[in-house]
Amino acid sequence: MNKPLRRVAIFCGILILALLVRVNWVQYAQADKLKTHKDNRRVLVERYAHPRGDIVVDGKAITGSVEAKSGDLKYKRTYKDGAMWAPVTGFASQVYGATQLESIHDGILTGTDDRLFFDRTLSLFTGEQKKGGNVVTTLNGDAQRAAFDGLKGKKGAVAALDPRTGKILALASAPSYDPSKISGMGDAEEWKKLDKKVNPDDPSLNRALRQTYPPGSTFKVVTAAAALEHEKYPDIDAATDSPFPWKLPQSSTLLPNDGNHPCENASLRVALQWSCNTVFGKIGSDLGREKMQETAEKFGFNSEQFTPVRSNASVWPKEMNPPSTALSAIGQFETAATPLQMAMVTAAIANDGKLMQPYMVDKLTDPNLDVIKQTDPVEMSRPLSADNAQKVQQMMETVVKDGTGKNAQINGVTVGGKTGTAQHGINNDKNPYAWFISYAKTDKGSPVAVAVVVEDSEAARGDISGGGLAAPIAKSVMEAVLDRSK
Amino acid sequence: MSVVTNTTTIGAIEAPSRRNTELLMLAFAVAIPVFAYANVGLAKDGSLPAGMLGYGIGLSLLAGVAHLMMRKFAKYADPLMLPIATLLNGLGLVLIWRLDQEPSLGKAMAPNQLMWSTVGVALFLGVLLVLKDHRVLQRYTYISMVVALVLLILPMFFPGVNGAKIWITIPGVGSLQPGEFAKIIIAIFFAGYLMVKRDALALASRRFMGMYLPRGRDLGPILAIWALSLMILIFETDLGTSLLFFGLFVIMLYVATERTSWVVFGLTLSAAGAVGVAAFATHVQSRVNDWLNPLATKCVNGECGLVTETAQAMFSFGSGGLFGSGLGQGYSRFIGGIAPKSDYILATVGEELGLTGLMAIILLYGLLIERGIRTALAARDPFGKLLAIGLSGAFALQVFVVAGGVTGLIPLTGMTMPFLAQGGSSVIANWALVAILLRISDTARRPAPAPAPSPDAEMTQVVRT
Repeated sequence: MNKPLRRVAIFCGILILALLVRVNWVQYAQADKLKTHKDNRRVLVERYAHPRGDIVVDGKAITGSVEAKSGDLKYKRTYKDGAMWAPVTGFASQVYGATQLESIHDGILTGTDDRLFFDRTLSLFTGEQKKGGNVVTTLNGDAQRAAFDGLKGKKGAVAALDPRTGKILALASAPSYDPSKISGMGDAEEWKKLDKKVNPDDPSLNRALRQTYPPGSTFKVVTAAAALEHEKYPDIDAATDSPFPWKLPQSSTLLPNDGNHPCENASLRVALQWSCNTVFGKIGSDLGREKMQETAEKFGFNSEQFTPVRSNASVWPKEMNPPSTALSAIGQFETAATPLQMAMVTAAIANDGKLMQPYMVDKLTDPNLDVIKQTDPVEMSRPLSADNAQKVQQMMETVVKDGTGKNAQINGVTVGGKTGTAQHGINNDKNPYAWFISYAKTDKGSPVAVAVVVEDSEAARGDISGGGLAAPIAKSVMEAVLDRSK
Repeated sequence: MSVVTNTTTIGAIEAPSRRNTELLMLAFAVAIPVFAYANVGLAKDGSLPAGMLGYGIGLSLLAGVAHLMMRKFAKYADPLMLPIATLLNGLGLVLIWRLDQEPSLGKAMAPNQLMWSTVGVALFLGVLLVLKDHRVLQRYTYISMVVALVLLILPMFFPGVNGAKIWITIPGVGSLQPGEFAKIIIAIFFAGYLMVKRDALALASRRFMGMYLPRGRDLGPILAIWALSLMILIFETDLGTSLLFFGLFVIMLYVATERTSWVVFGLTLSAAGAVGVAAFATHVQSRVNDWLNPLATKCVNGECGLVTETAQAMFSFGSGGLFGSGLGQGYSRFIGGIAPKSDYILATVGEELGLTGLMAIILLYGLLIERGIRTALAARDPFGKLLAIGLSGAFALQVFVVAGGVTGLIPLTGMTMPFLAQGGSSVIANWALVAILLRISDTARRPAPAPAPSPDAEMTQVVRT
């Protein structure tokens, strides 16, 4: 009987060997795949096992971490002034994942980023509690508060930049939400309230970056820049070839002006001062779609921006007929811009034609605040020459001094701006969007450019104009920045 | 004269009993779980656990008493089996206690398991004490058959647990998994039966295509066992037990008859049975599906995207990696319910002790199995050989079916890891199994009694004097 016994012994050996091979396959060959599998809860547990690093504004953290009272994930995110900063931070939720800065720099914040390898290894030996690195932003707390307070009770957004560097100073959206309320387990009720289907206000929408609005008359500064750059009208004080009334090309429709202003053959300066549709519509029509597109795209239209949080691409339509081109040149038809985009347009003009890449992360630091990565300002493009930029500045300063933008005047500071009232809805039946873009200038260049949009306000239709609703917000944001730089 | 002297000389040398080796190994087998116990406590709340001393003393006592009894009643038995069983049982207790520290897994089970382990060791001692010679068991061949059948059929009349009807529930007392005991008893029956019938089964066969095919009338027993296994599969929905019994029979039949044709025949039958049942039994199909797609999510009451136990176990293994998270620092609790302490206990081993620890555990099982087979080889009587290979084979199949199922090598079945997993029936039955193997081994290695003084020699002496 010993021969079959030996064979059975070999058979049992093979069974054991098969098990050994299998566990090697699972625990070695497949280990990484299983370890990081999306359904593997350990990924979440590890992620929330340590306090998350902070997002920093003006040297102070606007985020925090507390031990969660329920659930098996130890730390959860808290936010100071969460609603105000939500368009910057996004959220980091134990249940719903992370968005915006919280998501983009998740590796730094959780401490798993390769650049934090040394710190991780060190804490392994020192026994110190692991902590993530920090994200230091370029934002200006005062400007942000001015923007957020200005939007209180309204629906809209504000984007403010430092034209010299591209630093984002304010990024507000209203109505907003408090990301603290959805950061832990058992926050399903609060999460549901953010659903667009339940809440038509859509508070989780980051309007400053992700909503495109028809820019209305504020787009006329782009058209003016195009007219100068393409040498259609090199002198801003010379009369233009602008009949009034003016019919849209290939059409019998008359393009109306808002109010009774001296628009016939008005100079660029006067036309911008009174926001003459006929003058800028005709410029757009005369230059044609392609030349307008060239200038608009240099300002950043038709491409997404990464600040590093992505902003939607603003639109200059790539296919349209001449009458639509005329309408697009005054910010109607399919022209659409995010508040960030209009802030970029303003910033490029204020910075003498040099458009700086907008960014909101100044530096990434390790838990001990040593800098891992510093963001340097980068020139993005030159939409117009310094000469032409200064000409547009003069025009915009006239708007604030003597035109539709008087509400943005600041004592002792040169301010340039442009109002806008964009119509929307079928047959323009909805409340228009009130726009205001502006910059302030000191002897050290322009420290702030801002774009404000207020949508669907409760105010009566006639009262809505960029100058009335949006300009005061822009003014307070500019003041906040100016006060700081004094 | 010189020939006689030589024989006497060899007989006079005491064969090594290997009990001292056993004692040394036992020291390790007790020390390792005690360290593991300390390890869990330190990892969980930074201090040595309060029960550590009691646990250490308890395990030492069990091992010590067993060892002393071995010295007295099974002096020549294999020196490795007791230490391996002690080590596995001790580690099992630590693992269950470690999982008791997870509030989400329900009530503590380690105290009960310790009690059952004690009962198991008591039964182990009882078997060594009462069973002076394993050949006695041969007398109970047909009684064994009846008892085994009853044990196998009984669970059919009790409600199933987690889809498998392998339990007998006695209200107020608890539940029992009769399959674990049936495993031993049926091996006794097969050994007794095959010892008698082996010649008929081996010799009376026809040659066909180079293979010896059994006669029609000799097919009876194997077909009966096959049918029984299929019935277990269908009515008790237990793939593991079914596979175990059929595999056990085929192995023993092969060893008894030395005919490969029986193996081929047996494999064909089991393949046909498996495919046939899988074609219409939904619980087998779902097990096979889980096996093919271990990471797929499931839906319960309309809520989808839920992670299955199978997937959780795979995540446990994967997250353990090479060296594991360390005892007490893993998350095998995500498997949920009682499963991490019973069927999926290896997942905790894999996650917290890593690939290294898991391989060590599997090798311990392998070593125990091969010591069992060695016992079969060393046994001098056919019944002992058959019984030893039967018990070792059953043990091997069980280890393979459970470990293979949990690690996703084969579809999962409802059986538990011997000694390691939570469950009274299992630990008691396996201690008894080891006791019988040790008894056979003791008989096999025991030196032949010294020849009685030869009357002839004396007479010669008398004559000389």
